[in-house]
Amino acid sequence: MAVSEDDVRNIALLARLGIDNAGVPALVDQLNGILAHMDVLQTVDIGDALDASATQGMQLRPDENTPVPLARERAAFAPEFRDGFFLVPRLATHGLSVAGRGDEA
Amino acid sequence: MNRTVPTGSLARPATDLADAVAVGALMPTELIEATFARIHEVRAGADGLNAFLSIDPDGAHAEAAQVSTSPFRGTHDVRLAGVPIAVKDNIATLRLPTTCGSKILANYVSPYEATAIKRLRDAGAIIVGKTNMDEFAMGSSTENSAFGAARNPHDDTRVPGGSSGGSAVAVASGVVRIALGSETGGSVRQPAAFCGVVGVKPTYGRVSRHGLVAYASSLEQIGVFGRTVDDAALALSVMAGHDPLDATSSSRPVADYRELHGMIAPTQPLSGLRVGRPREYFPESLDPRIRALTDRAANTLRMLGAEIRDVSLPHTELAIPVYYIVAPAEASSNLARFDGVRYGLRVPGNDLREMYEHTRSGGFGPEVMRRILLGTYVLSAGYYDAYYKRAQAVRRLISDDFARVFADGIDLLLTPTTPTTAFPLGAVSDPYEMYLSDIFTVTANLAGVPAMSQPIGRVDGLPVGAQLIASHFNEATMFRAAYALEAALGSEAHR
Repeated sequence: MAVSEDDVRNIALLARLGIDNAGVPALVDQLNGILAHMDVLQTVDIGDALDASATQGMQLRPDENTPVPLARERAAFAPEFRDGFFLVPRLATHGLSVAGRGDEA
Repeated sequence: MNRTVPTGSLARPATDLADAVAVGALMPTELIEATFARIHEVRAGADGLNAFLSIDPDGAHAEAAQVSTSPFRGTHDVRLAGVPIAVKDNIATLRLPTTCGSKILANYVSPYEATAIKRLRDAGAIIVGKTNMDEFAMGSSTENSAFGAARNPHDDTRVPGGSSGGSAVAVASGVVRIALGSETGGSVRQPAAFCGVVGVKPTYGRVSRHGLVAYASSLEQIGVFGRTVDDAALALSVMAGHDPLDATSSSRPVADYRELHGMIAPTQPLSGLRVGRPREYFPESLDPRIRALTDRAANTLRMLGAEIRDVSLPHTELAIPVYYIVAPAEASSNLARFDGVRYGLRVPGNDLREMYEHTRSGGFGPEVMRRILLGTYVLSAGYYDAYYKRAQAVRRLISDDFARVFADGIDLLLTPTTPTTAFPLGAVSDPYEMYLSDIFTVTANLAGVPAMSQPIGRVDGLPVGAQLIASHFNEATMFRAAYALEAALGSEAHR
């Protein structure tokens, strides 16, 4: 299996990575160079190893929330913080969706 | 200046230092002064080793003064009293930044500290600085650091290995006796072998991962470098044990790893120990000089009373393909948190998505970007079964290989740690070729078993390491053999 330029653009979108179009061919070459070495796994007889890996999980502690006290307030390390909230830029679609709801109403 | 031979108090074993501090025979402030003097020596000049990303002389002096006082010595655990320690920069500390070797965390100071750090400090250890590393522990040479490559103190034109290269250099250059690293596929053992020091990866679950910045959570453990086997055993004995803040931390009791240290060895101290020599770790292509040194180590173990048997771990050759599916898959999820919202770098954008993309592309280096893309691909619809699910199945086969040889009565495995000695800076540019430098170490991470590297000789003046691998939670067996091998080889291990 090999990735195409469209595949790389798509996975970059999924991974929230901005990549230049000019850099895409090199990434395709690098990823395909790596993935070629993975093909050997398709030839392995895995028997029931998949079932075994699903049933032999590690015993975990109870899923309880244990807050860790912080030595510094969040405002000290957040890029933008106000009134107990992390501030982020507006979603590009925000205005559209508000307008859409208005139209429906 | 000799870059690999410490002088004065820095040449004394960690236990000696702690014992001397505990009885008031050595002032920890003097030890800290000597440590920072040495840091400046190995940093100096255009060919500085670049082992440290940040140092904390004021904090270290303040802690040293506290350890010096009688109340501390009377009321605290003093196993590491006054002992200077260096820490890989992906382990959270309160005073110094935790950058992970990345621009995206260049100014980040953690609001909490790792459990391993807390335990070391509670035993009197003093954190002197944070060490250079491949960005987010992704690399095998420390060339992927956003803050410049670290250099090998045995030959500063060569890499120290990675990803915990700075910690290996800190120990090998005589700055500290003990340093912390982290292991995902060999990131402690490989640089330990390249730099001629001891490096230990404990069993998965033996040391808390709380405060270790996550890269590949099912594979990684905090590990330790020591100038000697005893330095490493001492630090691990302090750090190991259950931690309620890590869901995968084990509640099994911690054995006494130092039990055999200083014992007057009988004629055959390893009598009854069965050591396997897995043939897949000695391929035809292995450098014959590395093979010869590893075989000499096997013969030494035999003379010490161990029985050496040839064994097979037939799925070994599949370990690198499996690792480079599983680790990037986990990385693509774990590194999603670096998005410019809660901490770290933010690069502005016109909207939220653009801010995410600008921040991540501006903050991550090329190898991290490559692994995130690879991991996202192998988890994506249509490829998950062919890559990720199949890799998990083969990982089970690799793990079963180890289970089988240990069930057949083998106590330990002996292998070379690396297929080569330290390579020149810039010599390996192909990503997959770089991945192959971990070929003998990734299997232990995939199986979760403990493993360590210790020096066994030199090739062309460069250190060579042998790897010991034990079954889950049998670190004590590993240390038993390592102590005996170190004592028997003596200075031969370093020439």
